[in-house]
Amino acid sequence: MTPERPFAEPWQAELFALTVALSDAGEFTWPDWAAAFGATLKRHGAARELDGGADYWAAWLETLEVLLDLAGTAPADEAHEMRHRWEAAYLSTPHGKPVRLGG
Amino acid sequence: MPHDDHDHPHSLLPSEPALRVKALESVLVAKGLVDPAAMAAILETYETRVGPHLGARVVARAWADLNFRALLFENANAAMAELGITGRQGEHVVAVENTPGTHNMVVCTLCSCYPWPLLGIPPAWYKSDAYRARAVREPRKVLAEFGVTLPEAQKVRVWDSTAEVRYLVVPMRPEGTDGMDEAALAALVTRDSMIGTGLPLAP
Repeated sequence: MTPERPFAEPWQAELFALTVALSDAGEFTWPDWAAAFGATLKRHGAARELDGGADYWAAWLETLEVLLDLAGTAPADEAHEMRHRWEAAYLSTPHGKPVRLGG
Repeated sequence: MPHDDHDHPHSLLPSEPALRVKALESVLVAKGLVDPAAMAAILETYETRVGPHLGARVVARAWADLNFRALLFENANAAMAELGITGRQGEHVVAVENTPGTHNMVVCTLCSCYPWPLLGIPPAWYKSDAYRARAVREPRKVLAEFGVTLPEAQKVRVWDSTAEVRYLVVPMRPEGTDGMDEAALAALVTRDSMIGTGLPLAP
């Protein structure tokens, strides 16, 4: 039996680890997470059938963003700004060099 | 596509969701709400250490050892602990026994609750709308798509996982396995046979 890779892309693994770490740290309980995630899946699934792959992780990401925005720990505007800082860092870092956030 | 440095003088931009994950992580790490070392440990655990080989050890032990089997159905967590298997999303496991009269099958209709310490991260099909919706409604049809046809007389019982309770299907020990040791037995126990969408391999 060849073991199946649990995550298709690295960001899915990071998202998973981030969510579990937050729950471990007491930011939310797993049942609360499951209820919120289930609601997102239901909403997405009403629009089209989800295949359990990339769309599953997209729903996961959306759920976490909303939870953290509501909790005030990662407000949407802060997360959005940070996303643009990362984009700028990638675009200004020569290929092959480690990408770091600028000041 | 071959990579060409002249076309990409800067670093390749990660995908949109990858950037959003990085952003969340940076915001939370900066606030001290998440420890990167804890994240790394979680990744290592679920990418490399935890998987169906652990559930297979439990099933093989249950096949080989009657006392362990009794404990597994009475208190699955105590039985798992004897093999050193504990962890997140496995705090309350219920083992369900396949018999000639009943075949068990597990789903999570809410999202994707799954016994991580025993089976690792669920496969994509377990998380798909198709499986989640149909496992309860038409389990025999779903089983047929997995290549499993059960005798008419064997009824199918579907267990809906929750964030609190996770299920482990203990399949029937295959014929012709008398005298096999636990390691050899464990090799017959597939992931799907512990979800109930498959049967163990023949020796």
